[in-house]
Amino acid sequence: MKKIGREEVLRIARLARLEFNDEEIEILTHQLSSILDYIEKLNEINTEGVEPTFYTFVTETPMREDEEIRSEGAEQLALREAPAVYKKFFKVPKVIK
Amino acid sequence: MNELLKKNLHEIRELLDKKEISSPELLQICLERIEKVEPKLNALITITEDIAGAQANEAQKRIERNETAPLLGIPITLKDIFVTKDIRTTCGSRILENYVPQYDGTVVEKVIAAGGVMVGKNNMDEFAMGSSNENSYFGPVRNPWDLERVPGGSSGGSAASVAGLECYVSLGTDTGGSVRQPASFCGVVGLKPTYGRISRYGIIAFASSLDQVGILTRCVRDCAMVLEIIAGYDPRDSTSSPLPVPPYSKLLDEDIKGWKIGLPVEFLSEGVEEDVLKGIERAKEVLKEAGAEVVDVSLPHLPYAVSVYYIIAPSEASSNLARYDGVRYGLRVNSSDLIEMYMKTRAQGFGAEVKRRIMLGTYALSAGYYDAYYLKAQKVRTLIKKDFEKAFEKVDIIMGPVSPTTAFKLGEKTSDPLQMYLSDIFTIPVNLAGLGGISVPVGFDRKGLPIGVQFICKPYREDELLRCAYHFEKTNGLKIEWPSLEDEPPSQK
Repeated sequence: MKKIGREEVLRIARLARLEFNDEEIEILTHQLSSILDYIEKLNEINTEGVEPTFYTFVTETPMREDEEIRSEGAEQLALREAPAVYKKFFKVPKVIK
Repeated sequence: MNELLKKNLHEIRELLDKKEISSPELLQICLERIEKVEPKLNALITITEDIAGAQANEAQKRIERNETAPLLGIPITLKDIFVTKDIRTTCGSRILENYVPQYDGTVVEKVIAAGGVMVGKNNMDEFAMGSSNENSYFGPVRNPWDLERVPGGSSGGSAASVAGLECYVSLGTDTGGSVRQPASFCGVVGLKPTYGRISRYGIIAFASSLDQVGILTRCVRDCAMVLEIIAGYDPRDSTSSPLPVPPYSKLLDEDIKGWKIGLPVEFLSEGVEEDVLKGIERAKEVLKEAGAEVVDVSLPHLPYAVSVYYIIAPSEASSNLARYDGVRYGLRVNSSDLIEMYMKTRAQGFGAEVKRRIMLGTYALSAGYYDAYYLKAQKVRTLIKKDFEKAFEKVDIIMGPVSPTTAFKLGEKTSDPLQMYLSDIFTIPVNLAGLGGISVPVGFDRKGLPIGVQFICKPYREDELLRCAYHFEKTNGLKIEWPSLEDEPPSQK
């Protein structure tokens, strides 16, 4: 069985900007291990020389003319849902120590 | 119960056009029904009574001018994944509990322009991740056929709304089966068109290479009518297809005599319940009666589809859901440190399944694992796609079960994520290959629960898919007595 340990779970959680308590980590360690174990099945298949399919039926990026579109009041509208605002900016906790 | 509730969309269309009923009257009937059954079903997160009222009045004015269009004046519900201007859009999550979008997505714009009457936003699995609708922050949805059972997911609220006679059509999304599986669990028709057929602008992203809008109705003709309205190219979604949109509802009538329908042998060997297998046997007979020939085909890589999906979908989700950080909208849990603010916001804003998938995706994409997981999965995806291409050299349509079982009980699979994932084993390959699929009711099992049969089409051949489904439905002649729900006590939460 594919083993994923507590340290690995904590490392991934940090990357994903998530936090868990001890009980959650224990459950997650077990569940992720069993899912990864199931996924291991893919190694049975030889994929040498097979191209990956990232998207189906999308052949090229459509282009358009670079035309200016006016969006009146967009700035205020964008800030409307923000949890914290300072003047016309999104406000976050201090970043520079 | 008012008899008008049991009618299909196209029957109501006629009554509206003949002015035998008005759109505001129809809305009133639906709202009364919602009031009675919602305490039992929990299919709606938000009811938009006032907006619907204004839209119904507006639609009626257009009907009075003898205008007609498939959705004009018809009560419709939308999965709460479609962003709607000035109407709360939660995606079934605490993190968006109070989020009020500033704009409408393309499909919503089209529905409004077509005169649809939006009565509410449907409950769903959080961020469309789930197969039972038990992952919603707003509580589980109940199956109208048995309130102790799940409606399927993730568009469980949409399916329960249509089967519970709260509306005539609901729009959902399907990333791995999220429209077809709940449709089959609730005995309604659920269409997932080809990837790119319908614009996804203004739909909250889950797995961008798989997500597609779906339609849930009580019959195939209704589905075709709605697809005509919402399909088509959209410059705001670069993955939408420029192919023209055929008048699907006018292409249903010609028969399917001589069509070859392929039944993949692998579809019958993956732990399918006996009653579901009987449903497939019945479907074969019906198709033969309709003049089609059912032949065996093979999808040899089917057993790997769930593995591929549970690498690709969580990987893309982990990236798409990075935007929920408590900065620009949605929940924020305050902290004096920025990173800690992100972590606390996300820890408290997301539910267990969403976090599990973000973790899985982050792991698969993290340094050193990308080739072994994500790239490997995308290569096997190519093999799955080629299996379908090969099968379609011999047949016009592919058929099979929608899910290995009928609706299961609430709580039955919540402790084992893998068992839950396997509920989508027959729908996932269709998303991986980008094809169109539809679930149509074939009959009921011994417990009285609906069984669905799935049809799959070649890319962008929704015309053929709907035509096959239509003749299947007509020949099958299943008469569905929709559950009344009005005399049962409310479910215990």
